[in-house]
Amino acid sequence: MKKYLLALIALSVIAASCSSSTSSTDSSANTNDVADGPVTLTLLAHDSFTPTPGIFDAFTAATGIAVEVVQSGDAGQLITKAVLTSGNPEGDVLWGVDNTLLSRALEADVFSAYQTPNTKFMDATLLHDIPGHEVTPVDTGDVCINYDIAWFKSRNIAPPLTLDALTNKQYANLLVVPSALSSSPGLAFLMATIAEFGTDGWQSYWKSLRDNGVMVVDGWTQAYGTEFSGAAGNGDRPIVVSYSSSPSAEVIFADPPVDAAPTAVASLTCFEQIEYTGILRGTKHEAEAKLLIDYLTDLTFQNDLPLTQFVFPVHSGAVLPEAFTKYALRPENPLRLEADVIATNRTTWLDEWSAIVLK
Amino acid sequence: MNQVASTNVAPSLYRRSARWLWIAPAVFLVLILVIPTTAIILRGATFEGFRDVLNNSTIKQALWFTAWQALASTALTLIVALPATFVLSRFTFTGNRALQALITVPFLLPTVVVGAAFLAVLPSQLHYTATALIVAHAYFNLTVVVRIVGARWEQLHPGIEQAARTLGASPFAVFRTVTLPLLRSALATASGVIALFAFTSYGIVRTLGGPGRATIETEIYTRSVLIGDMPGAIALSIVQMIVLTALLWWWAKRHRDTSESPQISVAQRSPSTRGQIALVYGIALATAAVVIAPLSALVWRSLTRTTPGATRFTLSGWRAVTSSTTLSAISTSTLFALCAMVIATVLGLMVALGVAYGSPRFVWLERISVLPLTVSAVTIGLGILITYDTTPYDFRSAWMVTPLAHSLIALPLVVRIVLPVVRQIPRGLQSVASTLGATPLQTWLTVDRPLMSRAIGASAAIAFAISIGEFGATSFLTRRSSETLPVTISRLLSRPGDALRTQAYALCVIVVVISMIAIFLIDMLRPSRKAK
Repeated sequence: MKKYLLALIALSVIAASCSSSTSSTDSSANTNDVADGPVTLTLLAHDSFTPTPGIFDAFTAATGIAVEVVQSGDAGQLITKAVLTSGNPEGDVLWGVDNTLLSRALEADVFSAYQTPNTKFMDATLLHDIPGHEVTPVDTGDVCINYDIAWFKSRNIAPPLTLDALTNKQYANLLVVPSALSSSPGLAFLMATIAEFGTDGWQSYWKSLRDNGVMVVDGWTQAYGTEFSGAAGNGDRPIVVSYSSSPSAEVIFADPPVDAAPTAVASLTCFEQIEYTGILRGTKHEAEAKLLIDYLTDLTFQNDLPLTQFVFPVHSGAVLPEAFTKYALRPENPLRLEADVIATNRTTWLDEWSAIVLK
Repeated sequence: MNQVASTNVAPSLYRRSARWLWIAPAVFLVLILVIPTTAIILRGATFEGFRDVLNNSTIKQALWFTAWQALASTALTLIVALPATFVLSRFTFTGNRALQALITVPFLLPTVVVGAAFLAVLPSQLHYTATALIVAHAYFNLTVVVRIVGARWEQLHPGIEQAARTLGASPFAVFRTVTLPLLRSALATASGVIALFAFTSYGIVRTLGGPGRATIETEIYTRSVLIGDMPGAIALSIVQMIVLTALLWWWAKRHRDTSESPQISVAQRSPSTRGQIALVYGIALATAAVVIAPLSALVWRSLTRTTPGATRFTLSGWRAVTSSTTLSAISTSTLFALCAMVIATVLGLMVALGVAYGSPRFVWLERISVLPLTVSAVTIGLGILITYDTTPYDFRSAWMVTPLAHSLIALPLVVRIVLPVVRQIPRGLQSVASTLGATPLQTWLTVDRPLMSRAIGASAAIAFAISIGEFGATSFLTRRSSETLPVTISRLLSRPGDALRTQAYALCVIVVVISMIAIFLIDMLRPSRKAK
């Protein structure tokens, strides 16, 4: 009988906690519906959106608008859901569509256009792909070849500095890349090769890479964390596709602290990723959402980006912390592809790429 | 027609109450599964989508690969798990329950963790091979055999086997001619479940199989989420549904359990002879070693950082884990898992009792209860997203959606575990109880429930495990303002920096410990099985 009682108590505790959580979400939902009460904006973001906790307090203090961040999956999942719910969105503002995925969102008419006054602080090239201001740039990053400095030094081999060099025999079986089909840096690296060798030349480049023993893994986590030799020291491949900011992350998150990054970036191999935010079409709080876009592109938020998310701010007045400028390389002329070229060819490229590399 | 005859023996005293049991599970399935799936199919299915998918050679390859790796994974799981199942269900020994809980752990680890653990222990030439993914599937599914087959094995009276031994049969002959036939239905159920899991496996295939090895499930995900080809994804999803449903119904028909156990018992004994002791502890230790090896890699990695030429110990990962975000992830995960466990177990019991006692006509309920396993998780999730999107039925932001989705996936397993046991319960006892004046509920509680407690415990444990490990692609189906543990872990693993990596592995170890405690407690709730 004792066991029954135990089970019964456990059950009622579970039931109670289940229903108490329901009621707490209900009450917050209710305050949402009251027209005159304070507005809560829902910011949909991918899992890598990790600003300093409390970063929106200043926004709430200034405007009276609360911000709830809701994360759901990676950028691809975020866009898939936004496309399906276009016009009847799950939130008010979306963070985290980049230039490789933008076309999918624009085709489905996911966003409601808005030009923030902060665009005057942005480089004109950032706005090139979005003449209609459907979305607003918030940060940029570069996907580049990273290499293990010590590995090359100890063997007296020069590290590869260009994409072309990767097909040389001396770099045979040294490169690991995440798949373009399943990983956002993987897709960006494919775009880099297309930008470098042209829409007709990249196929033969990838055939040479394949013949030179490139290893393709599912995601960045396996490529960088498991197979690459420079980071955790577990893998045996000294060349990897990662971000231009990865060396500074290696320093900032080093344990114990180190003076120099163990990895470096080949600056001629970088592809520029621009990340955008936008107001979701169908939101009931369009006016408030515009204020949030202004805040995301203003200095308080922009200054927070480098050390929390390892990306470069778009606001020209933003100050880069020293740890970041010292180790994070900012390529002068990163490889770029026009958004409409990406939009027209994306699916075909992915089909061709998997036929060459994965078969 | 045999099975209908045997269910007809069901005591009429249950029939009146059991007749209504189908309502709740049926409503649940219609709301969470049937309507959303239909909605997404109506929205996204096109003729071109089908034509393209059926003509695509990648897809044909994927279908072939999916099928053979599922069979291979099932065979390997049975080979590794049966000795342990024998020992665990036949003998009481120190550590029996701990071993049982330990075997459950791989099943509830997030697949990204199982992937990381395997990459850590497998030699590098096995990375991203079909072998790696089959071995990982076997590791992952050990507990399915131990729990499903174990529940049945434990019920077999040892006297049957002893009688055969006394008559001169060798131990192997006894196993082959006596034990195996009696276990046949449980083995069929377990193999069916494992094959289904391996068929629709997603995370392990992606991390361990490498990008070149696509299964139908990963192809559905690639098309819908990564490429944005919704018609293609829907077409594939329908193909998968049809293939799996057909296979399952054929399987269920072939392996309908018609055997009645002549005697039922929950008796176990301690190993007595020296040979038995060696056998029991040998198998137990070997199984424990197999389970622990990848797990210990997680502990090791949470405590060390490797630089070229040196490995150093560090506690920084563990210090960072005590932060408040981590603690809230732990409590969110646990709460979701408990809710999913209760919902799935209660609904699953209702299905099992409704089918066994209500009316032979309710067999349809058993059949549709298996559907959640055949529909791709991506399809269900996207379906829910576009179905419940209008006020006052806008449930997209309700947190309950996550545990509900988890219980949907757990439900078929609960039914599969409980139903065969319900069917084995001797009918005579119930008639006696009711003749003596007990109400149907009293009869059920005093006669049936004790005999079913192991099966109920097993299904509760599996439901809890499914929820905490966040199966397949369910993780992205629902939005969350509070992170669950698997999400935190994969977020930490997806950033450069050693400090974050040790922290991620420390969290993995925490998942293992929480799960073991939970499983241990759930197992404790059932009565002691030692022979009096």
